[in-house]
Amino acid sequence: MRHLLSIADLDVDVIEQVMTLTDSFVEVGERRIPKVPTLRGRTVVSLFYEESTRTRLSFETAAKRLSADVMTFSVGSSSVKKGESLRDTVQTIEAMGVDAIVVRHGSAGVPRQVANWVEAGGVRVINAGDGAHEHPTQALLDCYTLRERLGSLRGMRIAIVGDVKHSRVARSNIAAFTVLGAHVTLVAPPTLLPESLVGWPVEVSHDLDAELPKVDAVYLLRMQQERQTEALVPSLREYTACYGLTARRAELMADGAVILHPGPMNRGVEIAAEVAECPSSVITRQVANGVAVRMAVLFLLLAAEGGDVADE
Amino acid sequence: MGKAVLVIKGGEVLDETGRRRADVAIGAEGDVVGVGADLDGNRVIDAGGCLVTPGLVDLHTHLRQPGREEAETVESGSRAAALGGYTAVVAMPNTEPAIDCASVVREVIELGAKALCDVTPAGAITRGRAGVELAPMAEMAALGVHLFTDDGAGVQDARLMRRAMEYATSLGVTLGQHCEDESLAAGGHMHEGEWSSRLGIPGIPALAEELMVWRDIALSRLTGAPVHFLHLSTAGSIELVRAAKAEGLAVTAEATPHHFTLTHAEVVGYDPLFKVNPPLRSVEDVVAVKAGLADGTIDAIATDHAPHAQETKEAPFDEAPPGMVGLETALALATTELGLPVEAVLTLLSWRPARIAGLAAEHGGPVAVGRPANLCVIDPTATWVVDPATSASRSRNNPFAGRTLTGRVRHTMLRGEPVVLDGEAQR
Repeated sequence: MRHLLSIADLDVDVIEQVMTLTDSFVEVGERRIPKVPTLRGRTVVSLFYEESTRTRLSFETAAKRLSADVMTFSVGSSSVKKGESLRDTVQTIEAMGVDAIVVRHGSAGVPRQVANWVEAGGVRVINAGDGAHEHPTQALLDCYTLRERLGSLRGMRIAIVGDVKHSRVARSNIAAFTVLGAHVTLVAPPTLLPESLVGWPVEVSHDLDAELPKVDAVYLLRMQQERQTEALVPSLREYTACYGLTARRAELMADGAVILHPGPMNRGVEIAAEVAECPSSVITRQVANGVAVRMAVLFLLLAAEGGDVADE
Repeated sequence: MGKAVLVIKGGEVLDETGRRRADVAIGAEGDVVGVGADLDGNRVIDAGGCLVTPGLVDLHTHLRQPGREEAETVESGSRAAALGGYTAVVAMPNTEPAIDCASVVREVIELGAKALCDVTPAGAITRGRAGVELAPMAEMAALGVHLFTDDGAGVQDARLMRRAMEYATSLGVTLGQHCEDESLAAGGHMHEGEWSSRLGIPGIPALAEELMVWRDIALSRLTGAPVHFLHLSTAGSIELVRAAKAEGLAVTAEATPHHFTLTHAEVVGYDPLFKVNPPLRSVEDVVAVKAGLADGTIDAIATDHAPHAQETKEAPFDEAPPGMVGLETALALATTELGLPVEAVLTLLSWRPARIAGLAAEHGGPVAVGRPANLCVIDPTATWVVDPATSASRSRNNPFAGRTLTGRVRHTMLRGEPVVLDGEAQR
């Protein structure tokens, strides 16, 4: 694997490899000093064109626990404000001799473009979320979290609820869940579904109450305020009434079924506050596993073949 | 026969009257002075194995001047046009400032006087192409402007478009529409469908085009004004135009080479080279465009040559401007990809667009004594590989790089002057 741009590029073996490596890094994270020297001397740049707290911190923590040097390119205070183009920015960073660029951008496809531009050098590119396209490390950490609770994803039924149309998390998760053998149902009003689902290995429902008793996991997507002004839903209140995971609805779920959310949550919109805190919710496990999964991804892309994962 | 200063020798003349083996003699005034066997002149230009045809006419060229000279100028664009076999191009009015009044029309005509092909400006329908009030169409028509369009945007307001059409009937001019309903298209960057959904790029539905095609057909029926549909790209649009023509309405239409060769699947790598408006559509749409070109529903192939500076195309897909260059590849793409006889290809590239542009007196007419020698000499069997680096355009946004094409322009004559000889621009 040269870059991590899209789950669609990965086969089952690579995902399994990430899961196995993540086991080791979860163990590292539980140590008194949760740090290994694996990537000492390597430099990882986080290039975030979109505001992000958890993803950027998660990547930077992962890189630091692997002893990499971490540089943060913060767009707000940089030459981008002076009109520098994306390509020039990438070339500047590449010229500094970095090993990996973790890129987040509001436009779909930017990580792919960056990877094309750095193709001649050895720089690795990791997609940390691009527009409504993909967010592959989120999907990997979601798969890891689901395996912790459900054992395997094979044959599991997962409902993804909400704004699939604009969701990079949904696109990555649909690819990851289905390649690992799960059945995915999208639950959303037609206005929040992609215009075309040709080639998508999913079923579609507009009835959350009917789906909840059948599923092993329900994945709630963040509902953005502006979807209301775009006239995709009449009001957030109506969205919650039809598609929110309220306490009443959570009781429809089978015993042992789990609740996931990529964060940040809109409590009271797509998820009720008390549901977010209930025992079925694995939302904080997702965040914790995020660091270990990103360590696994950085390790796969940057560590020499045969390097020791947990060398202390 | 007048005295020939130049003879195109050994070729086969092809125009709308048919094909015949003949030399073409050109006189000092730049007119054809003889068409026949074994003609002589002071200078001989070889056309062995080639077709000698009327020069091509492009209904849709963005020359970017005034305002965007880093992307193209009238001079560089006309050089690319001449290399592509064109002897006339219609310059789109979305310049900065827009071609929306007599003074900018005059400026472009003046720049065009020194160009390597005839440059005839299209005028904007509305002031500043803002879609709010009519531009001084009569004032521009008096300077020879025949085609009016707000290209780059469609006229959104139906009442304003109706008034423009009513007004146009008194001037004998044609309105060209960029069909795109902004309420449906806004925020979109590629064709809405399977690929936009998968790639997470907001889509532009086919209906955004078709809705305006339908509206303008209805307005043409109401007003009697001729309307020309620019760059049609969807099966639905073509079906609407087919029905309107069957009804006898004064509608004409064009399609671009990229809309009969490329589909939305090209966007898979997120390369803004494949971003264009209207967007690359589905396979079914490409099939419909080809069928429309074959059965005459679409009257002309137009390039929508849209040069953009390199750095603007090295941006995120949704930030990059739409458009592709096309003047140097249009003929070869048509001969290579359409599967039509060469007569049909030249009908689409020369005589029909010449009429729509109001240029038939000078361009696209038969190769005959007394006609201006605006000619193109084509080697129909030459194969070549598209290399954007060798283009005469100032821009390199060519989506066909590396493609092997059959059919190449060898010489281009502008009023008897060999502006292109053996594939090389002469000035």
